[in-house]
Amino acid sequence: MSDSRLQTDNRKQWMAVLAKADWEQLDTLWQQNKIKPEYELVRGPETGLVMAQGRMGGSGAPFNVGEITVTRCTVRLSDGEIVGHSYVMGRNRKHAETAALLDGLMQDPKVGAQVAQEIIAPLQKVHAARRQNAQAKAAATKVDFFTLVRGEDD
Amino acid sequence: MYVAVKGGEKAIEAAHKLNAEDRRGSERYPELSLGQISEQLTLAVDRVMTEGSLYDRELAALAIKQARGDLIEAIFLIRASRTTLPRFGSSLPLETGKMSVRRRISATFKDLPGGQILGPTFDYQHRLLDHDLAGPSDLEPADTAPVDVDQEMPRVLDLLGAQGLMEPPSGQNTDHGDSPGDLTTEPLEFPASRDVRLQNLARGDEGFLLALGYSTQRGYARNHAFAGEIRLGEVSVEIVPEELGFAIDIGEITVSECEMVNQFKGSKKAPPQFTRGYGLAFGHCERKVMAMALVDRALRAEELGEDLIAPAQDEEFVLSHSDNVQATGFVEHLKLPHYVDFQSELELVRRMRAEASAPSEAAE
Repeated sequence: MSDSRLQTDNRKQWMAVLAKADWEQLDTLWQQNKIKPEYELVRGPETGLVMAQGRMGGSGAPFNVGEITVTRCTVRLSDGEIVGHSYVMGRNRKHAETAALLDGLMQDPKVGAQVAQEIIAPLQKVHAARRQNAQAKAAATKVDFFTLVRGEDD
Repeated sequence: MYVAVKGGEKAIEAAHKLNAEDRRGSERYPELSLGQISEQLTLAVDRVMTEGSLYDRELAALAIKQARGDLIEAIFLIRASRTTLPRFGSSLPLETGKMSVRRRISATFKDLPGGQILGPTFDYQHRLLDHDLAGPSDLEPADTAPVDVDQEMPRVLDLLGAQGLMEPPSGQNTDHGDSPGDLTTEPLEFPASRDVRLQNLARGDEGFLLALGYSTQRGYARNHAFAGEIRLGEVSVEIVPEELGFAIDIGEITVSECEMVNQFKGSKKAPPQFTRGYGLAFGHCERKVMAMALVDRALRAEELGEDLIAPAQDEEFVLSHSDNVQATGFVEHLKLPHYVDFQSELELVRRMRAEASAPSEAAE
């Protein structure tokens, strides 16, 4: 895998973690963090709509299901080189702004590793645990039906 | 036609204040919070998001509170609210095959790779009132079981497809453009393509679609449906922002999906095989997606060369009347002043009566 491809994949991953983060947890982690960079807002935060598409039969041709509220933000770090973006479901502007700033910081070689460790990793851990918990509860409802009169051909 | 009326501002203002007071109800009870609505009336919120065609739990909860629990009024509020927001773009198609599944059942095969997962359901419950819920109730925590992370969960209909017994997912027509039709930007036109029909059904009234779906089961366009697979869970929403040029995951939404398996005796173009009806909607709304899938299949009658004999197959009838915001607007507008209109009707009836009685008087 090329370096730029790897970088893109890494960035996609942290952007997803930031978008899916529980806002209260993200806010707490960010407030507690020592990194306090200067930055300017380039765009937003602003709320709009994304039309969600589905597929016929789950895997066929696309169709429009309905819209989703999304808030986006773009920031430029004070060194003027690094731009951070975010698109976050919902209407929480602070969430979008914090996510854009953290996207910028993650691209910054000076602090990226620290942000990854102190913010991205704990967010990811909580998200994974939440999913694991939901899956474990679902797994407890797995059922084995057995047919009595009607069923497979003999 | 109703005409604009002047006056009544004071009475209207007083009526709105009275409505606000009735909304609040007795102050002996605490006011509802949006969190309570979105966490404890989850399925009402899901319905408002689906038919309001806007995924935003908080806005849907607010609409339900404002509408005093009148879900069609809440859906109306949501539809009006979305018009104030700009469109950033479209998502990539949701990959429901990669859903983080919380419920997955099939009525066609009992042994499935990945198994049948009942999830949170009213199914198999006695429909008896639980008086323990009348007061604060003790919650027993849900059970957990080990998760088999390597367990694949293939689509049930793909299992039939692999044997050549199932039509392709998009149906008989393979001519679908990349960009699906969008009813929020283009008016509904007939004949409508399946993508537009599915969008219309996804935002359509659950009660209307339920009745139409039921009618197909009772023999009006009988196509003998089985619930091939029903899924509930979370899917990632991905978009490709221009400024980035690659796909990013912007969050997860809950969706319900239903794939119906229907009989098809074959036609000149297609051999006998099973056909599909599809339902997909926001949140947990299984009844809605089942009805949607039945009606989707019925509306494919022409594509499949079936006789058009029933209301559920009539796309102009179905698609023109499925939207409860349009329907309630037109039905409820009858409440508004029609005084001038009615005056002319009144005069017409008087004149007709006069004319009808005139010759008989002359004959006497």
